[in-house]
Amino acid sequence: MQTSAPVVVVAILFFAALLLPVVRRFSAAAVYPIALAAGAAAAAVSLWQASLVIRTGGPLVSWLGGWEPPWGIEFRVDHLGAIMSPLVTVVSLIVLVFARRNLGERLERRSHFFYSLYLLFTMGLVGFVQTGDLFNLYVFLEVIALTGYALVAAGEPRAPFAAFRYMILGTLAASFYLLGLAYLYGLTGSLNFVDVAARLAEHQDTRTAFVALAFLLVGFGIKAALFPLHAWLPDTYSYSPSVTVAFMAAVGTKIGAYGIFRVLYTVYEIGTHRQHLPVTEVMGILAAVAIVVGSILAIAQTDLNRMLAYSSVSQIGYVLLGFSLVNSAGITGGVLHVLNHAFMKSSLFMVTGAIVSRLGHGDLRRFGELGRQMPVAMATFTVAALSMVGLPPTAGFFSKWYLVVGAIQAGKWPYVVVILASSLLNAVYFFRVLESAYFTRRLDPTSAYEHVAAIRPLPLSVTAPLGVTAIAILLLGLGSWPLVEHVVRFIVPAGL
Amino acid sequence: METLLAYRPLWIVLVTPIAAALIVASDRRPNLRESWTILASVVQALLVASMLPAVLAGEDFELTLLPLASGFDLVLRVDPLGMTFALVASILWVVTSVYSIGYMRALDEKHQTGYYASFAVCIFATMGLAFSANPLTFLVFYEVLTIATYPLVAHKRTPEAVRAGRKYLAYTLSAGLAMLLAVGWIQTLIPAPSFRPGGFLDTSIAPPATLVVLFVLLMLGVGVKAGVMPLHAWLPTAMIAPTPVSALLHAVAVVKAGVFGVLRVTGFVFGADTMREIGVHLPLATIAAFTIVVSSVIALSQDNLKRRLAYSTVSQLSYIVLGAALLSAAGLTASVIHIANHAFMKITLFFVAGAVYAHLHVEKVSEMKGIGRAMPWTMGAFTVGAVGIAGIPPLPGFVSKWWLGIGALQAEGIVFLLVLVVSALLNVLYLFPIAWQAFFGKSERFTRYDEARLALAVPPVLTAAASIVLGIAPAIGPRFWDLAQRVTASVLGGGS
Repeated sequence: MQTSAPVVVVAILFFAALLLPVVRRFSAAAVYPIALAAGAAAAAVSLWQASLVIRTGGPLVSWLGGWEPPWGIEFRVDHLGAIMSPLVTVVSLIVLVFARRNLGERLERRSHFFYSLYLLFTMGLVGFVQTGDLFNLYVFLEVIALTGYALVAAGEPRAPFAAFRYMILGTLAASFYLLGLAYLYGLTGSLNFVDVAARLAEHQDTRTAFVALAFLLVGFGIKAALFPLHAWLPDTYSYSPSVTVAFMAAVGTKIGAYGIFRVLYTVYEIGTHRQHLPVTEVMGILAAVAIVVGSILAIAQTDLNRMLAYSSVSQIGYVLLGFSLVNSAGITGGVLHVLNHAFMKSSLFMVTGAIVSRLGHGDLRRFGELGRQMPVAMATFTVAALSMVGLPPTAGFFSKWYLVVGAIQAGKWPYVVVILASSLLNAVYFFRVLESAYFTRRLDPTSAYEHVAAIRPLPLSVTAPLGVTAIAILLLGLGSWPLVEHVVRFIVPAGL
Repeated sequence: METLLAYRPLWIVLVTPIAAALIVASDRRPNLRESWTILASVVQALLVASMLPAVLAGEDFELTLLPLASGFDLVLRVDPLGMTFALVASILWVVTSVYSIGYMRALDEKHQTGYYASFAVCIFATMGLAFSANPLTFLVFYEVLTIATYPLVAHKRTPEAVRAGRKYLAYTLSAGLAMLLAVGWIQTLIPAPSFRPGGFLDTSIAPPATLVVLFVLLMLGVGVKAGVMPLHAWLPTAMIAPTPVSALLHAVAVVKAGVFGVLRVTGFVFGADTMREIGVHLPLATIAAFTIVVSSVIALSQDNLKRRLAYSTVSQLSYIVLGAALLSAAGLTASVIHIANHAFMKITLFFVAGAVYAHLHVEKVSEMKGIGRAMPWTMGAFTVGAVGIAGIPPLPGFVSKWWLGIGALQAEGIVFLLVLVVSALLNVLYLFPIAWQAFFGKSERFTRYDEARLALAVPPVLTAAASIVLGIAPAIGPRFWDLAQRVTASVLGGGS
């Protein structure tokens, strides 16, 4: 059905982002409310359009400038878009609330630039998951990348270096994508997802099509931080401002996973119109390795931020493992995990930000008595951690459930073992944090007590977003079936 | 009113999480906080008891709450086996609540709010398990039980307690994964499995080899909590927990959840015919027999009273497993009835161990000489429990053993009869001397009457009295005998 809603979401964010530096000239106090209002409006519209997709059962399309596809650029929100677009805007809004008191003094002085970039970043992500055009996808990819580098570089002194590394790899990723896209364009003469998919049928199994696929996947693989293309991620997450990382960790790597899904299942129609290609096999193996290696590296960390960063490397493996199974349960598990992990990780990174802001460090061996000093933060952390381990009734359990079932159905027993073993590894490093926060006393008895007493209670602008994510994790768990039945079921390509 | 009554299983399950929330909310007011515990336990026990007549009349309560995944809803069903477990746990929770308050206050323990809240969540999971109608519901509550028990095991916050908590988690989380794999696998074999008397898996659904693997996985899952050797090692270690925890959770709820699971798997997933066909019953019986004898022998050498009781628990639990594995009517009846009998006797023993420790700081068997002179009531209760566990008439241990013996004969397993005799002998050896020395041993220390406070002394006397009643008249009161008969009839009578 034709609607302008997808364009509206992007436009709201875009114009608000442009407006902020101007507004700053007249009133510094108005900057944040405007940013928040834009975030809320974008979230509201994208939630509304998601409900529309569910009600009408079909994709929402808007043709930019009235040009019909395949000539014009098309925004196309199908069931996957109906999950991804609200995911981006809602998490963006939650983190925006969290940002109010967590930017830090240095950023606070130039908060208008930060919020402006933040909204542009959000806009890039929303556009990315809503567009139906391969080249437009590239444009948004670059918007995400450029604003992302800036958001990362705004962090502590070592952040610019991390951002530089991220930029090099990000540019590489974009180049790979562009190359792949060029091949595809040469082959089919079209850029629209649906149109390309239809035209590819003639060129089935040509070497060009295959090479293009490989380029596209490597490009998105870097963006998704799929092992061994994950090198940019740990530093980026460790040194960015806590606000950036809480949002970026939630959705940043997911766009890579989203891109991979689009390439595999929307454009190449693997499993339905095309036989299994070896690429999914390779991706599955890499994902399995990522799951294990990421977890092991996470165990080796003593800094909470870095631990969570490596955990992200492992978790993206779950998503891509699910996509690589090429069956219904696997894809369901992968898509659910995109959603679940976004809430878990933003929750965990927000807690980490709050902890670092209070303790001045993120050394997880020195969290003694934190459970009592920061009850809301640690309770949220506990919920998110249980979900990461995959314990019912949290969301993480259900994505794991579908992944296990999918792997069994595909007869991929090594993957079953990997998924289950990784649960235990997750338990090792998350329970270590819980143990430290709830069951140990402070290590340093001299400085301890005054310092402990000096922990200021968290403001509502921090506890509220934390509470929301914790509740979301529980609801996504208990409500996973309605979600699967009404949305995810339609994301799985018909015939799988 | 009708609808309210129809939802009774849900109310029973929900009483406890509500109590947990109220407990946390009343953090600063201990008396109010403890009233919630008492109130919830009494309400729950009454609710469970109110369903007994209907269950005995053969009525079926089934309640579909919400869908979890395709083919699996969260379903509560009240059947005789679940009723047995729920009755035992809810009745004993009332007694334990009173005892907990006495114990925690006598020792002036810290973190009591967390303690009572976790305790309530454990009972929640236990009730959920008892009423789980299908494997996935079972798994959900099983994992909740694991997580809620962990803080109780590590309650003391000492390095030793934290290590015990880790060990507990390592065992139980691995078990949960084995079960997850099995349940996921089952889901790929049959669309909507649910526990059925006589089992729902047979060789027409999957080849025998697959069924054997599934059986092993499920047994690994439930066997850890049931303390079946060699999966029992967490249990003695977990005795570091406060005694009421050991009493209710490690003698009643957690370990009984394990053996309850064994009964569910053997009787309601596989069924006697399938188990015979795939030949897993004898190996299971052999492992159980081995556990019975070996853990009794180990119990002999333990000087720490709670550890000795822990090994005794390991041994007694395997009676239940053995009864289930014999696949004979008398054996299964003995199994079910032993859930109740052992619970009442063992909780008495643990109550006494805790009272002795809280009141006189005695925790070793060798220090208990003459202690009966100081605490005649509690040690009297201990004697009753000891006699009962050893299986001497008229106490309930005798009833279970007698029928278990007959069950062994019915199954033509003379060897197992021998095991029972040897074990009875060993039970006498490791428990009798304690009681004997308590009353007749010479001691300088215990010369005058010095009974523990009422909250500590009354519960063991009550449960001891209850044990005697159960032994003399198993058919009155909660009518465990009738329930057991019904379970046997439904499971071995070819299904209902």
